[in-house]
Order: sequence, then structure tokens, then C-alpha cells
Amino acid sequence: MSRRLFTLVLLCSLAVTAPALAQTDLSGSWARQSQNDNGYANEPVDLIGIPVSADGRAKALSYNIASLSATERQCQMYTPWYILYGPFPLQIIPEQDPITQKLMAYRLVGWGDRGEQLVWMDGRPHPSPNAPHTHGGFSTGTWEGISLKIVTTHFKMGDMKRHRAFSSDRAKMTYTLTRHDDILTVTGSLEDPVYLAEPFVLTEIFQLTSGTNGFPLTPCEPIEELPQLHENPALVPHYLPGKNPFMNEMTQKKGIPLEAVLGGPETIYPEYRKKLKDTYKAPAKCEDSCGGPPAPRGGGPGQGGQGAAPAGGRGAAPPAGRGAPPPK
Amino acid sequence: MRARTLLLVLVAAVAPLSAQRGGGPPAGPPRTVAPIDLTGYWVSVVSMDWRWRMVTPAKGDYAGIPMNAASKTVADAWDPAKDEAAGEQCKSYGAPAIMSVPGRLHITWQDDTTLKIETDAGQQTRILKFGAPAAPAAPSAKVAPSWQGTSVAQWQMSAPGLPLMLRPQERAADVPAPAAVRGGTLKATTTNLRAGYLRKNGVPYSAGAVLTEYYDVTKAGNDTLLTVTQIVDDPTYLRTRRLIAYPFKKEANGDKWDPTPCSARW
Repeated sequence: MSRRLFTLVLLCSLAVTAPALAQTDLSGSWARQSQNDNGYANEPVDLIGIPVSADGRAKALSYNIASLSATERQCQMYTPWYILYGPFPLQIIPEQDPITQKLMAYRLVGWGDRGEQLVWMDGRPHPSPNAPHTHGGFSTGTWEGISLKIVTTHFKMGDMKRHRAFSSDRAKMTYTLTRHDDILTVTGSLEDPVYLAEPFVLTEIFQLTSGTNGFPLTPCEPIEELPQLHENPALVPHYLPGKNPFMNEMTQKKGIPLEAVLGGPETIYPEYRKKLKDTYKAPAKCEDSCGGPPAPRGGGPGQGGQGAAPAGGRGAAPPAGRGAPPPK
Repeated sequence: MRARTLLLVLVAAVAPLSAQRGGGPPAGPPRTVAPIDLTGYWVSVVSMDWRWRMVTPAKGDYAGIPMNAASKTVADAWDPAKDEAAGEQCKSYGAPAIMSVPGRLHITWQDDTTLKIETDAGQQTRILKFGAPAAPAAPSAKVAPSWQGTSVAQWQMSAPGLPLMLRPQERAADVPAPAAVRGGTLKATTTNLRAGYLRKNGVPYSAGAVLTEYYDVTKAGNDTLLTVTQIVDDPTYLRTRRLIAYPFKKEANGDKWDPTPCSARW
């Protein structure tokens, strides 16, 4: 076969296949676009919209952010649920068998504080419940119509909502990735028999971007942050029941009744609005994190709209007092 | 001879890929060929943006909306009493906003080519008509703009095969191949809107806004979920497209259907 004919055939086949790949290929860099809950979460107690169980609520209220300064917790990463709830972008990378060129797995990469996820596409089963748990968990994927359905288990206890709500190591996450042109819609359901009263359903949207927008996964190295934690290793920063000093902050600043601030399945359905109608007092005016158009050049500090939320990853500075040393 | 063989091999390899591009709807009435079942009662799961949906946010709370300066000027002047006086209590129940309003959807087939979406919150009705986008109508035949606008729908079907590089690798011979799942999405494009609010506290969209939606159904655990992805294009009031997706959960019946009129304040 002449080299010219071979090149011609190859070019023709590529020309035919390229659009097809573009229709279903999920790989690429995706920028987060949609919900505001994480980026605009400023109050330490904020379980709004989360169907937490009584145990999940107790766990959240006992949490003191200073605990992250303990050596053994500094490298505690976000859970895979952060694909839906975190402020981070997403990268999807296909991994192919070097011999057959068939898809073995997708790698979902996001940010330095979230463990990489490998989504196995080869039909392998999930391991025994007693198998080791990792930050990224164990994921399998199957195509259902135009959607990639992923089931993730075996991930460690960690943040369900940044520093506010937590999932246990018995949680299971089911989510679908559906591409609509340059938009990726993710619909997820988190089941957790320990910290949730019913599945936590959430959606998120990403937009295809050029280039990489993810942060590289960098090794985490614990350092001495709060000397007293190292002087007294038995010290575990926490709040005792009823002693969380931030419990009423959301009610005072936003007028949201405490019952709603503390979450629960009842609070996420339309009927709950009837209860709220008599108890919610809207502030006269939005005072902080109000969004809006960017300030003109030379003007005051602007606040972006979509995609420009004051995200604040794990390294974001907490408000004064949030990271205060634990009680002695 | 070798060249012909290679050509045949390449054509065979390419065939499923090109077939995949034909992800359009098959022949037949849209109701008959529906790749997903959207009918039934669906309840909003207000797990996201709760502060901006379950309650009327404070005046000036524009978090998360890519609004421009003109939009802010309009929103800063929001006055629900004025809307009530003008009989415009439904300004925040228009098609670009209705999916964010906590409530229930009742989706039925009105006929073989028309899906009807009713909402109990605000008692709105959306009509999604299947077919090609209508040509611009003569001024005399033009339908008056409305809160729910004019929607054109189409099925986007699943591809019959995946490209070679995305076909899953079978791990072992004894692993059964996953059963083929029928799937697809409903795409709807809505125009001819009456100007309204994206958010109850007066963040506007203009009459020229174009709403593109995708309706997807998935199963997770014991739940059947509907996700409505919305893209709002409105150069008058938005710096960029507004992208958002709302989850709904299927309910067994309409026992909790609770029609409530539009409200400009709550």
C-alpha cells in the first residue's frame, strides 16, 4: 500500500470520527458554574439544605476548625462528594488499555485537597466493605444512555460541606455526568446511614474550558500549626453539645430560623415554606457577600457573579476567632 | 490487495463512530419514541441555593447571578408593592425562574407532540411543542409574549455505540456485558418571553432572553431523579450565560399537589 493512500485513508477516518468523539467525550477541563452554597458559606454553622440525621447534626455542631491543626488531621482531604459541593474545577482524563486502546478508567482530578478518583470502566466489582478506605474511594462507571453513571464507595470520613457537615466512611455516592454540548451536568445522590436521614441530592454544572484549570495534586506535609496541640497531644479541639458559639450567627445575619440552619430532611421540601413564612425575617438589605456586577475599574472591591464566588478552599483564612485555640 | 483489506478494516472501525453522530430522534411521534419518561409528579429538592429559593432573599442579594450594571439598576429599584399594583405578581414565575421556585411539577402528554408542565407554585403551565423551530411569524400572527413563552422541544437520543477509545474494557470473560439502557435527553428552547425576574428580589431578565433547557432522568438508589439544566442567554441583563441545574424527585402520585397563586413578596 502506498504511503500516500495510507495517509489519505487515515485522514478520511479522522475527519469522520472527530465530531463523533466530540459528542460523547467527557475528557477535558471543566469550570464550575452553578450553585452558590459553598462559595458563599461564611457562617461556621450552616447545614442549610442538607438532610442531616441527628447524629450528623451533632457531629457538625461539635466541630471546631482548630482540629484541622492537629498533625493527624492536617492532611484530611475533602471527600469525592466535593465534585458536587466544592468550589473547585474538574478535570476528566480517560485512561486506555495500552494494547487494546479500550477505555479502562476515567481519572477525575480536581484540586490539591481532594483525592484523585479513578473510575473503573471495565466492569470490576466493588471490594468488600472491610477493604481499606482512601480519600478518593473506589469508583465504577457505566454508560446509561448519554450519561456516565458512577458509584463511589470506600472513601474516608470527611467534609460533605466545607468545615460544616461530614459524611462517614459508610457513605455511598451515586452520580451521573451528562454532557450537553459544552456543558456538563452532574447529578448526585449521597447515601450515608450514619450522618444523613435520607439521600442528599445535589446538582452542579461545569463548562468546558481550554487548557487546564485544575490544581496539581501536591503532597500534603503536616507541620506544627498550634503549639498547644503538640504540647498536649490528648487535646482534641471540639465544642461540647450546646456550646457551639456560632450556632445563632446565620439567624442573626440572614434572618434564617435556627431550625432551618440546622438542616434535616423536612427542611428541603416545598412544604417547609409554610413554616418559614411566619418565622423568617428578611434583613432590610444585603450587607455582605451580595454578588452583583464587577465594580468599575478604579472603584471599590467588586464582587463577581456566577463563577466568581468567594470560594475559599481549605487554605482560605477563616474569619477572626474561627481558628482560635481550643479551650484548655 | 493489502490496501483494500486495510481500507475495509478502517471503514468497519469508523462505521460505529459515524453512526453515533446520528444521535437525533428516530422517526415516529415524539410521545411514542420518547427515550425517557418525564411524566408524573416531581417535587423540588431544595438542597442547593436554599437561601435564595426557600425564602425571599434580602434586597440587593445578587450572589451567583452574572448580572451587569443595567441589571443592578433595575434590581436595586425592586418594589413588590409596585408589581402587585400592576398585576405582575408572577414576574418571578416565568420560564427562566420557575424551576427554582420550590414546588411540584406535573408533567403529562397533551397530545403526541406536546408535553405539558404544570406547576403548583404559581399555577403556571408550560407547553413544550416538538418540532422544528418556527419561522418568524408575521406581525399579525405573532403570539403575545407570556411568562412561559413559546417552547420548541426535541429528543436527543443516546448514541448507538461509543467510539473505540471510549468503549469500556471488559475485565474478564465471565463479567456480563451491561444491559443496554435506553436513554436520552429532552432539549427545549424557549423564546417570546414576557420580561420578569430570575430571582424573587427583582434580578431581571429581559423579553429578549432565550432559555435553553435539558431534561434528564436518572435512577439513584430508590429515587428517580429529574435534573433540569437551564441556560439563560440575555445580553440585556447578563454578562455571561446563566447556567444552573435543579434536581427534582419523582413522587408516586399527586397527593401533595398544592396549587398556590403567584406572590410578589413570598
